[in-house]
Amino acid sequence: MATTMDHQIVEDLKAAGIDYITSVPCKQLAGVIEVLEGTSEIMHMPSNKEDEGMGLCAGAFMGGMKPAIVMQNTALGVVVNTLATLIQFYQIPLPMLISYRGEVGEPVACQVEMALHTKAILNQLHIPTYHFHKPEDAAELPGILEYAQMASKPVAILCDASFWRASA
Amino acid sequence: MIRNDVFKTLIPVISEHLVVCNIGAPSQELHALDDRASNFYMLGTMGLSSSIGLGLAAAQDKPVIAIDGDGSVLTNLGTLATIGNNPQGNFTLLIIDNGSYGSTGDQPTYAGMKTDLAAVAKACGAETVQTVSAEDTAEAVKAAIASDQTTIIVSKCESGNVKVPVIKTNPIVIRERFMEEVRR
Repeated sequence: MATTMDHQIVEDLKAAGIDYITSVPCKQLAGVIEVLEGTSEIMHMPSNKEDEGMGLCAGAFMGGMKPAIVMQNTALGVVVNTLATLIQFYQIPLPMLISYRGEVGEPVACQVEMALHTKAILNQLHIPTYHFHKPEDAAELPGILEYAQMASKPVAILCDASFWRASA
Repeated sequence: MIRNDVFKTLIPVISEHLVVCNIGAPSQELHALDDRASNFYMLGTMGLSSSIGLGLAAAQDKPVIAIDGDGSVLTNLGTLATIGNNPQGNFTLLIIDNGSYGSTGDQPTYAGMKTDLAAVAKACGAETVQTVSAEDTAEAVKAAIASDQTTIIVSKCESGNVKVPVIKTNPIVIRERFMEEVRR
């Protein structure tokens, strides 16, 4: 069941002019994806893997849309090449709304392994990274979305378990 | 006929349209034969030509032809399910199926063995899927552009490349001039 926060996130995306979203699901993102499915202003085209999704976003951007991707942090292990040689090489603005699995509150031990690499990968790629830990952190989302367009860069928004739990 | 021969017959059919071209030898050969602002050369990210093409087709109304290879489609096989479930009438995916990884030394792909990409595409829900000979490819692409159905064309050709230079055009130039063609 989508929360007020899930609705607020999608409202902010809409207000920023985001009109194309691809997603690969995560439990923490289920509410956002549910809201996206019912949002006619945003074309939602799920992808099977996040590098494929970034290809879709690159095409949608060149077609005149404003894309974003919704994904889990583990997928950063999948998309390093795509971020470097497609999104960054061709300077495509791409907000990445990322569930930050493996942080405090995580029930699945295996998720911790990629959590340990998450910020290191983003730092290595010089990707502007924002970490939503408390519900009030989400107030920065409109500014972050505008920043991604201004800079023509991928931008990571990591939302951890504490953020989602406190926002429920 | 090898890929470059297919491209020669294809150019009169695709040169006025938006083309997304696969990494490596395909982009280099197309660039050498007929460099145009309406060509998007995907210089990295093996496998994503069809995905970029689908996103582009969904975002605007002009016809889009994505040129991909059998090895590249195999590396992003999920793309066929995404195409099958999100049909765009202005989208044509041309898979140059020479049964080999052409850019890396013509190593054989599974598509040249037991795997039938056209059958996979059909099973993924794609509307119109055709397997054609190299000689019939240009005609099939022409018909696909004219139609209002997502069309996937598997063009069976011989393995081989021609010697052409790498593309040195700045990626932002490639992207900007391509987007100008989209807006035109």
